[in-house]
Amino acid sequence: MHKERDFDPEEGLPPNAAALTQDLELGMLFDAMAAGDKFLLEVAKKAVFASLDEPEAILYRQRILADCLERPAIAREMYAIAVEAIEREKKVWGWGKNPEGVLHRSVEVLKLFVGLLKRLRRIADAHGADFRSEGLATLFRMLAGELDDEYLGGVEDHLRRLEFRDGILISAELDDGNKGTRYVLRKPWNPKQSWMERLQARMERLFPRDRSDYVVQIADRDEGGFRALAELRSRGIGPAAGALGESTDHILGFFRMLRSELGFYVGCLNLRDRLAGKGEPICFPEPFAAGKAILSCRGLYDLCLSLSVKERVVGNDVSADDKLLVMITGANRGGKSTFLRGIGLAQLMMQCGMFVPAESFRANVCDGIFTHYKREEDSGMQSGKLDEELSRMSSIVDDMTPNSIVLLNESFASTNEREGSEIARQIVRALLETGIKVVYVTHLFDLAQGFFLAKMDAALFLRAERLADGRRTFRLVEGEPLPTSYGEDLYRRIFGAA
Amino acid sequence: MTGFRSILFDESGPGADIDGREAPEFFTDLNLDQVVASITAGREEYDLKPFFHTLLNRVETIHYRHDIFRDLENKVLFGQITSFARKMRAMRGHLAQADKLHYKYQKQRWFLEAADIYCGAVGGLAQDLTLADLRSRGFLDFRGYLTAYTRSDDFASLLGETGKLRADLAGIRYCLRIHGSRIEISRFGSEPDYSEDVLRTFEKFKQGSVKGYRFDFSSDPDMNHIEAAVLDRVALRYPEIFSSLDQYCLRHRDYLDATIGGYDREVQFYVAVLEHMERFKPAGLPFCYPAVTGRSKEIHADAVFDLALANNLIRKSAPVVTNDFYLKDPERVIVVSGPNQGGKTTFARTIGQLHFLAGIGCPVPGSEAKLFLFDGLFTHFEKEEDLRNLSGKLEDDLLRIHGILERATPDSILIMNESFTSTTLGDALFLGKQVMQRIIRCDMLCVSVTFLDELASLGETTVSMVSTVDPDDPARRTFKIVRRPADGLAYAVAIAEKYRLAYGSVKERIAS
Repeated sequence: MHKERDFDPEEGLPPNAAALTQDLELGMLFDAMAAGDKFLLEVAKKAVFASLDEPEAILYRQRILADCLERPAIAREMYAIAVEAIEREKKVWGWGKNPEGVLHRSVEVLKLFVGLLKRLRRIADAHGADFRSEGLATLFRMLAGELDDEYLGGVEDHLRRLEFRDGILISAELDDGNKGTRYVLRKPWNPKQSWMERLQARMERLFPRDRSDYVVQIADRDEGGFRALAELRSRGIGPAAGALGESTDHILGFFRMLRSELGFYVGCLNLRDRLAGKGEPICFPEPFAAGKAILSCRGLYDLCLSLSVKERVVGNDVSADDKLLVMITGANRGGKSTFLRGIGLAQLMMQCGMFVPAESFRANVCDGIFTHYKREEDSGMQSGKLDEELSRMSSIVDDMTPNSIVLLNESFASTNEREGSEIARQIVRALLETGIKVVYVTHLFDLAQGFFLAKMDAALFLRAERLADGRRTFRLVEGEPLPTSYGEDLYRRIFGAA
Repeated sequence: MTGFRSILFDESGPGADIDGREAPEFFTDLNLDQVVASITAGREEYDLKPFFHTLLNRVETIHYRHDIFRDLENKVLFGQITSFARKMRAMRGHLAQADKLHYKYQKQRWFLEAADIYCGAVGGLAQDLTLADLRSRGFLDFRGYLTAYTRSDDFASLLGETGKLRADLAGIRYCLRIHGSRIEISRFGSEPDYSEDVLRTFEKFKQGSVKGYRFDFSSDPDMNHIEAAVLDRVALRYPEIFSSLDQYCLRHRDYLDATIGGYDREVQFYVAVLEHMERFKPAGLPFCYPAVTGRSKEIHADAVFDLALANNLIRKSAPVVTNDFYLKDPERVIVVSGPNQGGKTTFARTIGQLHFLAGIGCPVPGSEAKLFLFDGLFTHFEKEEDLRNLSGKLEDDLLRIHGILERATPDSILIMNESFTSTTLGDALFLGKQVMQRIIRCDMLCVSVTFLDELASLGETTVSMVSTVDPDDPARRTFKIVRRPADGLAYAVAIAEKYRLAYGSVKERIAS
């Protein structure tokens, strides 16, 4: 997922996540990626909201995704191994957080993990060379290089020895209170004895030398004594148990990470399958560095709309490079909102390294993607609604940085046009002057007209197209704002009357 | 050895009964109980309070202490002194622990460690003091004593034996072979470290940070019977070392030198006072060594403050107001009047506190001070608890002031706070004047807080001081007490104006 660090699916969602989900109808996107899997759903959410801000990082991910799109079976198999590791680890019983318990469970879990790591490595051996992306190539190289047979054999050797079938040897010293301290687990000298030593050992068993002066024997019913003995053992094996416990956690962490990272790509595969099924185009977008306004596309369509209908949906072409303000006016139900959502989705998908729903798409990366949509719900008092809008805008402004993009949909229409326009004008002007990209769908003619007359180079005006016969094409064309909206049309169509 | 006796007392000596001394009567009225509690907090083991209950009656002893304080202002020396104290405290902790433990070899080891800490502490301090630039007689004498002690044969043998025994014990390494319910103890045979082996092998999986596995074992110094049994076997494996430990404990049972023990306790008086003073420095509140004399009653002090109150205020980061005062012959009595809650009582208390602190040889809160070496300090404060019965209260007031005036001499100091408020104005005036006349006749120093303006102008021996308010906002007290004729009305007019009820305002409002 990242070149320099691991993907963290636990990362908190950004504060605008809820608004984005609602306004861009991201639920549809997530569901398509999850294809019914809860975990994939979570990964999709986290990944989509964790925007990348460097074109290079985006391209890094795009290349991995391209590899996965080419060899979906391998990607899905590796994902399955990670899932298996996590599921089976849960089922290994533990007996407590003391060193003996940790050691015992860790040995069991590590035996399981070593087996799965071997399977991963076999995939790496067989297919590693086919993958071109730096991300996957690194992973395969790591598996092949670090986990060779010799090393894994050594690990298995330790796992056997750590069962301590012949008792344990611990060295110690005396602390400032003459208590034992610095307990260190020791490896007895030559486990392989010479015949002479073996003979001696056998003799000793037959005729034990009296070493009882140096022996502490716990009496059978001395429970306190056995507890004390267990503690001595624990002190000796503590560091080894800790190391093994940590290793299990690290390897489990590795599998978790693998599941999260591959989960994202598996989600992309799922989405691709859905779109390919109905013949919708996808493409890898071209990310540009922040700072210069870039936004151009061909055939950009609203992914979520497409996912919810059978037929293909209408795409739009826009050339808004060097434009900070894109103002969209025109007929109701003329494709303004779907276009706005399409822009937002594409920007968001581009910034998490995904393909986008378009024939081509390019844009500069943004530090933040914000939406401010007119909320239909609380149709209460007018002043209350404006308050609500303003306070939402104010918290967006709190979170914004230059290089953000904000999508406004019928914002500040909850008051009369003059007031709404004036409020919007002040806000939009301020946003533009700080370098924030604004895409604004509005009915506020006063507002739109005002910006149009100012003849700003960095402004683009789009209008929902209406053919001469009054039909809508759901396409947007360049054009100055017109004083009336096309509500009348809609009214007529719905009510049927002249 | 040189004639060092005590870091707190010069040859005058404290008297054998010092440890039984209770707080003087004036302690609560002057909030000195709070001050002393604050100074001695956390040093209960030294039992310092008796030293604060013992007033010095000789200027020489006061200077003896001032000089020691001055030496201790040297941060380096102060650090060395407190470091010694910390070690002695640790040593006592070890002895107490040795006492509590059950197994012989453990008790002996804790005793050995205590003696080791003691040797280190004494040796270190002797070394430090040798290099220190000492001026006070107290420290110079103590250094002489300590140098001689560290050169004594007793100390040398204690030091040598302690070091050898500890090194021997630290060198012990043994092995436990645990199999089933059996533990066999042997000398360590350089078997290789297996944990390290395991750690090295599994190092590879390390990435990021996971919850570390920290296994906590009881750090209780006590042992269980298995540990004790193991220790006994270790002793059998190393018999020479453990028998010398036996002999050592017997030989050095009473290693602690009584004079050094006494010093360790007494020097805490200085350390406690200095550390307490440090708290006030960030607030810019000064302390000074007062000139103390029994010959002149011309006292004066600048930028003084109530130590108990200031301690509470700085904790809340609230500002502390300081005041100045002076008396020129033949002035003896300061009469404080003015608006309530204006800092009058605080001011009176402050003068009492200053004299008390001077009387035990301490620095006082203020930038400069010349104070009187009194033979008695008396307070006459309203007693809250008797409110039920006014006549009883007045009687009690009078009985108390009578008792005080019986005992007071021209060299005494009296602090009075709102005496005789529990009667009619006429009575109060009468009684106040009578008592004041007697005080004046006695020629003692007195501070009297009163609402009776008349008491402020009884003659050339009384001085009037007044608590003041902000001229722009009479509801705001400045807590400044200034030398000025008493005028209770000035404040009433100002307060009225705040509600636009002063003469001019009322006329204006009615006219409009």
